[in-house]
Amino acid sequence: MTPSSSLDTAGAAPHGEHHDHHPNYLVDGTTIKSWLLTVDHKRIGLMFLFWVLLFFLVGGIFALLIRIELLTPGPTIMDAMTYNRTFTLHGLVMIFLFMIPAIPAVFGNFMLPLMLGAKDVAFPRLNLASLYIYLAGAVIALWGMLNGGLDTGWTFYTPYSTHTTTTVAPVLFGAFIIGFSSIATGINFIVTCHTMRAPGITWFKMPLFVWAIYATSCIQVLATPVIGLLLVLVTVENLFSFGMFDPARGGDPVLFQHLFWFYSHPAVYIMVLPAFGVMSEVVSTFSRKNIFGYRAVAYSSLGIAFVGFFAWGHHMFVSGQSTFDAGVFGVLTMLVGVFTAIKVFNWIGTVYKGAVDFKTPFAYFCGFLFFTVFGGMTGIALGTVSLDVPWHDTYFVVAHFHFIMVGATIMAFLAALHYWFPKMFGRTYHEGWGLVSAALIILGFNATFIPQFLLGNNGMPRRYYDYPERFQALNVASTAGASLLAFGFIIIALYLAYALVYGKAAGKNPWRSKGYEWQSESPPPTHNFVGPQPTFPEEPHFYVDPKKAEVPDAV
Amino acid sequence: MQSSAHTAEGAAPVPRLAAHFASLEVQTHAARLGMWLFLATEILLFAGLFVCYGCYRFLYPEAWAEGSRSLNLMMGTVNTVVLITSSLTAALAVHYAREGKNKMVGIMFALTLLMAIGFLVIKYFEYHHKFEIGTLPGRYYTYEGMQQPGIALYFTVYFCSTALHAFHVLIGMGVLTVAMIRAFTKADFGPNNYTMVELGSMYWHLVDLVWIFLFPMLYLV
Repeated sequence: MTPSSSLDTAGAAPHGEHHDHHPNYLVDGTTIKSWLLTVDHKRIGLMFLFWVLLFFLVGGIFALLIRIELLTPGPTIMDAMTYNRTFTLHGLVMIFLFMIPAIPAVFGNFMLPLMLGAKDVAFPRLNLASLYIYLAGAVIALWGMLNGGLDTGWTFYTPYSTHTTTTVAPVLFGAFIIGFSSIATGINFIVTCHTMRAPGITWFKMPLFVWAIYATSCIQVLATPVIGLLLVLVTVENLFSFGMFDPARGGDPVLFQHLFWFYSHPAVYIMVLPAFGVMSEVVSTFSRKNIFGYRAVAYSSLGIAFVGFFAWGHHMFVSGQSTFDAGVFGVLTMLVGVFTAIKVFNWIGTVYKGAVDFKTPFAYFCGFLFFTVFGGMTGIALGTVSLDVPWHDTYFVVAHFHFIMVGATIMAFLAALHYWFPKMFGRTYHEGWGLVSAALIILGFNATFIPQFLLGNNGMPRRYYDYPERFQALNVASTAGASLLAFGFIIIALYLAYALVYGKAAGKNPWRSKGYEWQSESPPPTHNFVGPQPTFPEEPHFYVDPKKAEVPDAV
Repeated sequence: MQSSAHTAEGAAPVPRLAAHFASLEVQTHAARLGMWLFLATEILLFAGLFVCYGCYRFLYPEAWAEGSRSLNLMMGTVNTVVLITSSLTAALAVHYAREGKNKMVGIMFALTLLMAIGFLVIKYFEYHHKFEIGTLPGRYYTYEGMQQPGIALYFTVYFCSTALHAFHVLIGMGVLTVAMIRAFTKADFGPNNYTMVELGSMYWHLVDLVWIFLFPMLYLV
């Protein structure tokens, strides 16, 4: 640790002698090695941010290619096989490389120790390892995608995936390795919550983002091993024809689906639970109000994590499952809606009579609320067996899961990025551009996926390369929406990159938030807090009277 | 990295406290909790295979009965005894580590490793026999003696689960070897510093535990 005195590059305005002795984490060591071998959770979080954004770009480009291909019936820019590989790559990259690690690995890593008053996560070296395991898995999977490609869709359904001539083994093996990264991160966060809380932070004084990450980690630890085993079995079967899921050899492909969705359904909550956590922080800060029903929000995270494990069967209503099973899974699916509704009502209760400060993160909160409610309601509809049967594997399902998984998660990811940008980099961005791009993104997202609900309801199946003439108008609308969405992301990239270099110094607490993480400097010093371990006497989200704005002064 | 020795290096049992932990107790607690969680994920990994086992046993009860009878019960039993005994020596290693008897820790782990090798040798003979007669998974199944529908699937499950278990035996052997070498050469385990021995031993108990499930599932019932 060589203290650096180069305050110009520190980002934050000079605050006196503190910075001389405690350089912020960005400038504490500037060699490449000091970044690549760091055990600082904040630097690891930033490196995850870099990779996650890169994979988001890759997945996004492939999404646009799919939309362009579907602009007209018949071949537009690629052949059918390329199309199959493109949507598989889009799904794989977006789910395994972006959505699952996006919020936990980036913002969870960065904020969790800060919010607990800890110096780091419990196992810093395991944390660094999880980054490299993630990258190793990504490299192997992408190598497989580029050398032969995979045309199964991201669900790898057997027996097709065990018989296809495309490269299944390296892609599945890559996904298996990424699973280890997920497990390592999950274990790390759970242990951190149990052992690293600063004195005075009881379980019910943990910020709600921490609760959400904790619940997410429980799912990661409990579900990921099962898909890990499954991916190994399918890989082995693809290479050696062991017949585990091959009906020609007596195997049962429905068993594959059970094991696959036992992970992949809870994986949806790995994606959206952290999003819920981010929103609890954002809504409290920008309403200047204590979160309404703190315990209910905390418990409902655990509730979603729990019932999320008993809903997987709703992916298999048309797989020959018994009517009784379908009914049970349908009801269990709807229970998730109950827990989500608890959160939604509490967020609205928080905004009610609050002193709303309509900044960019709050704009994303509004979009998030719409996507969650709309996506959630269509989820209840799809959980109803009689409705799911005609909608099964149509664009209705595509639109539904994009609304709830992508819509909600992207809103939260962008909200988190804007909300914590000053904390992470010590600089502020242009608020006007933030609001403009938020509006563009929300509009673009609706324009992309609402036509897909209509397409699905009219009977257009998902994953099809070609379609009848009558579906074209809605497909064009959807592609236009996707272009708008892409445009919005480009604007965000531009003004955030500008802010990174030329942004004004943010100061310690630009939002005047009561969140624990804002009590540290922006950007925080290497061990998070200057001086002895902090204690947090007040509860998180503690605003006495929103109208009086009894909050710390912006520095 | 983050760790900083609080006392002079080289002195006998020196517990190392990483800078981000409040105290040694907390650090040990965190390590133990992390290991328990990891072991839970390992159990779940095998649980997936148990589900496959249960599912296909339900579909092909005759094949399962016949496949189970074709295994060498003697070798399986000996292997079970070997593995359980090795778990005992691993547990004794923790006992000696707590008392600071590093030499005994090393000896106990050496015994554990010997038994692990013994287990793998017996497993090798079992596998070899199956390769000879052709009771192999999926399309490699060539044995004429048993023709029940689903019999090849029994051997798929058998080979997948025992191979995954054997893989864990190898990983466990790696962990215990490192602990053994450290006990013999550095002698730095003691009443306050036996986390590595304890966690390595916990991992070995998992290997043992999984086999205790696999043995009756595959050989006995």
